[in-house]
Amino acid sequence: MDALFLNQLFNGASLASLYLLAALGLALSFGLMRVINMAHGEMLMLGGYLAWMTLLVVPGALGILLAIPVAFLGAAAMGGFIQSTLIRHLSARPLDTLLATWGVSLILQQGARDLFGAIGVEVRAPEWLTGNFVAFGVTLPSARLFIIAIAALVLGGLALLLLKTRIGLLVRAVNQDRMMASASGIDVKRVDFTIFCLGSGVAGLAGVMLALLGPVTPNVGQSYIIPAFLVVVMGGLGSIVGTTASAIILGLFAALAQIFVDVSVAQMLLLVFVILFIQVRPQGVVAVKTRQLDA
Amino acid sequence: MSALLEMDGLSSAYGQSQVLWDVELTLARGQVMALIGRNGVGKTTLLHTIMGTRPVTGGTIRFDGQDITALPAHKRSRAGIGFVPQGRHVFPQLTVMENLETGLSALTGRGGGAAKVPPHIFDLFPKLYDIRARAAGFLSGGEQQQLAIGRALAGEPSLLLLDEPTEGIQPNVVQQIEAALVHVRDQLGMTVLVVEQYLDFVWRFADRYCAMQNGRIIRQGAIAEESAKDVAHLVQI
Repeated sequence: MDALFLNQLFNGASLASLYLLAALGLALSFGLMRVINMAHGEMLMLGGYLAWMTLLVVPGALGILLAIPVAFLGAAAMGGFIQSTLIRHLSARPLDTLLATWGVSLILQQGARDLFGAIGVEVRAPEWLTGNFVAFGVTLPSARLFIIAIAALVLGGLALLLLKTRIGLLVRAVNQDRMMASASGIDVKRVDFTIFCLGSGVAGLAGVMLALLGPVTPNVGQSYIIPAFLVVVMGGLGSIVGTTASAIILGLFAALAQIFVDVSVAQMLLLVFVILFIQVRPQGVVAVKTRQLDA
Repeated sequence: MSALLEMDGLSSAYGQSQVLWDVELTLARGQVMALIGRNGVGKTTLLHTIMGTRPVTGGTIRFDGQDITALPAHKRSRAGIGFVPQGRHVFPQLTVMENLETGLSALTGRGGGAAKVPPHIFDLFPKLYDIRARAAGFLSGGEQQQLAIGRALAGEPSLLLLDEPTEGIQPNVVQQIEAALVHVRDQLGMTVLVVEQYLDFVWRFADRYCAMQNGRIIRQGAIAEESAKDVAHLVQI
């Protein structure tokens, strides 16, 4: 029981890392633009396929490290394309954005099915990621340790970017007062675009991590996008701190619930938990003051 | 004196309801113009229309010889229009220093733009230096007003738009703001368009005034030729 508990605690941490990587992009673009990108899950899918293709060209340990920037840049470019051709033109119509990006999601899934087949492809992880690490009588798969480390690095990098750089300052200014930011000489549309690319890139990176755990299929993004939305809603819509906290809570909840019930019941309990949480605390883990209405 | 800002037949509307009607107004370089009128006559809308944060629905705006009617707000800011809006609009979760740094964005594309907040802003408002590490949302109204003016000045504008700089601010800070505006006019040579209901305040340093009613400019004149009492009925209800 003790070992099982510790094991699930560890699984929860790696699940939380995946949720976090999948949700960060959603939280960033919702926080800044108040748009919900239904095609965000397909950025994970794209990242997974890009990782697979990178490993076909460069097999082995180097391949997986190379797959990370490739997937990041590929998904960022796809995100930028969707943002500049579609989302920026619908910025005043959030419901239309929802529908339009859902359409993009379907197109991308079918595209992947046509290109790579419906069954999915398997990424062969290098040996140093297939082994186990044993500590305190608990077996820790290296791939999951790797995922936790990558998520921590991404989160740290993002925090540095937002808090310590010029572009981060501009993002925070636009986030807090869009009208005043543009009247201060900040190109708010360019900031929107940059953040959308960044969020999509992080999702692409999450896709590489998914590929280490299981096959990459055309609809692999769909199974992570629902928890990612739950994380964003519970985190307090657009707050990075809240998103991180709620990813950890939900990842641990899902994994620990599996000690007592099977996977599908655990999924259901997760939904119930979030619904109850939102009843008690509708503003989420961290309340963000909503943007002032444009005067 | 050549004209820095010229508005010709300018109109603006919120959906179906028109707020500005055929505004004709010219500001000469180095001039301080007071824009007065009762609540809801379109003064704030006029400033936002000049800044580009409200759409123009008719007419043209020329700034520094260039037609800026179609330019978005950030390009107008970079062209040299600084804005201190009503309610101050400091970025609440940024520190005072970070707020001032956002103002440097207006220097983009001007060449040799400063990477640092120019020290003369702290000479003008010494208090801002003492509180530079504090979040702007926690400051008093007077401190926020000084910060909003400082942020606009960091972008080295040639035209400064101010919307009710004395609203809800204690008298000793009003004096500091007045001193700062006199400095801006005399030492920095900026042109200023200031919306103000506190007539005695603007009468001390403005050159001209224009009065609005129902979205139109109904009267203009030189401050030296008319007393604040003569126009008070245009502001009072």
